Amino acid sequence: MISAPFIVGVSCLYLSLLFAIAYWADRRADRGRSVIAHPTVYALSLAVYCTAWTFYGSVGRATENGIGFLPIYIGPTLMALLWGSVMLKMVRVSKSERITSIADFIASRYGKSQALAGLVTLIAVIGVVPYISLQLKAVSWSFTILHEYPLVRMPEQTSLPLWHDNAFVVTLLLAVFAVLFGTRQLDASERHEGMVAAIAFESIVKLVAFLAVGLFVTLGLLGLGDTGLDRLTTHPDIAETLGPLLAPSVSPFQDWFAITLLAGLAIILLPRQFQMGVVEISDESHLRRAIWLFPLYLLLINLFVVPIAIAGLSLFPNGQADADTFMLTLPIAFQQPWLALLVFIGGLSAATGMVIVESIALSTMVSNDLVLPMLMRLWRRRTPPADLGRLLLNVRRGAIMGILLLGYLYYHFAGEAYALVSIGLISFVAVAQFAPALIGGLYWRGGTREGALAGLSAGFLVWIYTLLLPSFARSGWLPTAFMESGPGGLDILAPLALFGLEGWNSITHGLFWSLSANIGAFLLVSSLREPNAAETRQARLFVDALRQRQPTSAPLWRGSAEVRKLTAMAERFLGIKRTREAFARFAEGRGFESSDALPADAETVSFAETLLSGAIGSSSARVMVASVTEEETLGLAEVLDILDEASQIRAYSHELEQKSQALEEATGELRAANLRLQELDRMKDDFMSSVTHELRTPLSSIRAFSEILFDDPKIPLDRRRHFLGILVSETERLSRLVNQVLDLAKIESGHADWKNETLDLREVVEQAVAATQQLIAERGIHLEREVPSGPALVWGDRDRLIQVMVNLLSNAAKFAPNVSGLIRIRLAAAEDLWHLCVADNGPGIAETDLELVFEKFRQTQVGGSKPAGTGLGLPISRQIVDHLGGRIWAEDRPGKGANLCFELPRYPADT
Amino acid sequence: MSKCILIVDDEPNIVISLEFLMMREGHEVRVARDGEAGLAAVRTHRPDLMVLDVMMPKLDGFAVLEAVRSDPELSDTRVLMLTAKGREAELKKGLDMGADAYMPKPFSTRELVEKVKELLALTD
Repeated sequence: MISAPFIVGVSCLYLSLLFAIAYWADRRADRGRSVIAHPTVYALSLAVYCTAWTFYGSVGRATENGIGFLPIYIGPTLMALLWGSVMLKMVRVSKSERITSIADFIASRYGKSQALAGLVTLIAVIGVVPYISLQLKAVSWSFTILHEYPLVRMPEQTSLPLWHDNAFVVTLLLAVFAVLFGTRQLDASERHEGMVAAIAFESIVKLVAFLAVGLFVTLGLLGLGDTGLDRLTTHPDIAETLGPLLAPSVSPFQDWFAITLLAGLAIILLPRQFQMGVVEISDESHLRRAIWLFPLYLLLINLFVVPIAIAGLSLFPNGQADADTFMLTLPIAFQQPWLALLVFIGGLSAATGMVIVESIALSTMVSNDLVLPMLMRLWRRRTPPADLGRLLLNVRRGAIMGILLLGYLYYHFAGEAYALVSIGLISFVAVAQFAPALIGGLYWRGGTREGALAGLSAGFLVWIYTLLLPSFARSGWLPTAFMESGPGGLDILAPLALFGLEGWNSITHGLFWSLSANIGAFLLVSSLREPNAAETRQARLFVDALRQRQPTSAPLWRGSAEVRKLTAMAERFLGIKRTREAFARFAEGRGFESSDALPADAETVSFAETLLSGAIGSSSARVMVASVTEEETLGLAEVLDILDEASQIRAYSHELEQKSQALEEATGELRAANLRLQELDRMKDDFMSSVTHELRTPLSSIRAFSEILFDDPKIPLDRRRHFLGILVSETERLSRLVNQVLDLAKIESGHADWKNETLDLREVVEQAVAATQQLIAERGIHLEREVPSGPALVWGDRDRLIQVMVNLLSNAAKFAPNVSGLIRIRLAAAEDLWHLCVADNGPGIAETDLELVFEKFRQTQVGGSKPAGTGLGLPISRQIVDHLGGRIWAEDRPGKGANLCFELPRYPADT
Repeated sequence: MSKCILIVDDEPNIVISLEFLMMREGHEVRVARDGEAGLAAVRTHRPDLMVLDVMMPKLDGFAVLEAVRSDPELSDTRVLMLTAKGREAELKKGLDMGADAYMPKPFSTRELVEKVKELLALTD
């Protein structure tokens, strides 16, 4: 039922769908409505990490090592936590410098070195091409297995002629796809929108396929479906093979650690991950979602690995099916053709995604960092063609074809060999060699070009020796003898137990020695000299990337140049139209009318170089620009001066900003303080004015009557007595006023003497009553007292509290009506306070005046005329009670009179 | 010859002294205890002169003065302002608003009596 033409037809249909998505996304991008400018699409595109090796291979690893397959996903998950720093730096630098690949990135960091870019490219190609072969093999195998449906049969190593080998056909198809969507434009720093959209789509397809098999198998295992799996797991023979799966362990620990580290590095260093994660990102804020969404994707795609492995081992206990094919053979064995087809498509997605992105990323590196430098050497002797852009695009297309063909050839000849089967992690170790130069370069300013070159070379050589050669030897291509005893019988140099390090997994062993050699050489050689001018500038740019939103290198260039020559050169690569547009935008940004008006200064040269970088890589761009300008060498000291100046200006402006902020705050505080002072000043003026007014009033009476009595001796006696009485009372009023003003001033300023002691409020009441008795009796007012039988102890100044009480009583006496007047004193306990009220049956106090009566010189009228008193009694009382930790207030009892109360804390508190 | 004098002040003792002084000069004296009562008394009794305090409850002296001066029927009324606020600004304000004389408290009884005489002489 699943015939070969059917599978081919479905595959072609699927690839056409990818074409259609890519084409649609590219068209949308051309019209400025990007479909990939979305954080979820970005996170999905990162899942190009999950290749056919993941799709089929995770189950295979699980059957061997139990949960030993997990570190490959734990590493990236942990690394994702660092993306906020590492990836953000990489993205910012790459956008501002128009970085096109990881080779370009590393070369740019160490002064735009062509040699370094070339070396990185070489390592990447050698390390990754076999990995591409693995994908081709996966597609070819899955095709063959599916073709056998409904039988479960492992394919045999083919020796088919080229045109009958389906892997070759797949290779050609993928090459066409990669060429079409990877080389539409020369500027590799611009995004390949169509490709990203297609990859994101593929990530969904492979996840769906994996989850479908996982659910099918798991539900079967649980006995929910009718797959019959539940019976199989009880078979006694199977128990042994299931051992590692049913007893998960993280030993040996060093392998877990090594593979976690390896995978964590691979997620940022693999050329395809760099392409997707750094070059293709449209907005750095997308990183935020990827930090959790990508690990979630990894979790989902690993969710069912163990159940599938258990089911596979149960069903094929004697190894009828390779564990790597369980994904496909299980659905076939359970006669689920559609599920099998879905798995095939999922695997195809995983493989094609990897192959396309990897080949595009590698082709950019090969064309910019291997081929172009060679061509440039050639052009010194021969005139280069006019349209370099087209030439380079063709180089890139050729590189894609070449890389895929290399991948195919390796697959064709390595076939079943160990060298192909085990290539996944070996490939990871190769790209891990980029880590010291790249990550070190992001955080350490001391690295030099030679250091990076030495580190990479050392690590790469050790990788070849400890991992690549042994894998060749196991494949039977090299004598195996040297693996055990080392070359020339030197045991100490045995590739799998270097310097006597035995008992480690070969990957762990190789990673340890290659990274040790790499880091050691990088640090040692870097320490031989100080970074030069170019390295120092780039170090600042990379290390300080997070300090600026758009890191830009200070224009460190001096020499003579002609804008015409620069544009002419750019036009040869980018085309006339694009170059002119770019230069016009740049001129506008600098405030010039047109690009003709641009000065040939450092900024312009630097712009031209960056513009060119996007097309041919930073190191080639630097050489190209140097060929049309005459640059004077800047010494390190000069470079440092310029850089220091730039950073000083930044620091100054930052400092200034902080200072002006502080100034603003201080001004605000001063303004508030000034307002407060003005207010206080006004209050003081008001008080003085009130005091003088209050003093002058009794003084007027005193003067008037004194003069009257003095001038006129004939005034009758009774009238004379009346006048003298007024004189006496006004003098008393005057002295009372003076005393109270002084008293108030003292209390307010905190200079008053307080003779505090424990005292009984009942005594205070008695003494105050005694002092006011006469006044009250004269006016015929009845006084009632309600005091407790026991002592009412408080902490306070006796004289002052008597003063308060006298004020309240004379106040009440003033307002209570004559004859029918009534004053009631009530002293009572209330929780931890003593509560004292003086009530009168006078006119009461209006609601709005309840607080005003405590203001200075605020007197309410009694029956239309001005009351006797100073207007300071209640304000002073309030000061006293407040000082003693109590409070005083007025209450109105509508229709009954006023109530003035205060309360003071009991003392000691527990009585 | 007897004139009618209105005293507007809220200080009882000052009123007593003023009343005594004016009566001793042979004038007819009316008393009001606040601004509103003062204004009402001007309208009913049409005094020849009023002695007007500034700081008073209900309606202050300036408001009373303004009301009196804006009423043409009361245009003959002489106004002597008395105030405990002896600042220049107050004094100028009172004169600007149409007071005929302005004396600060505490005042000299002799000067007051002479000033009253002077103002009453102008009426004739």
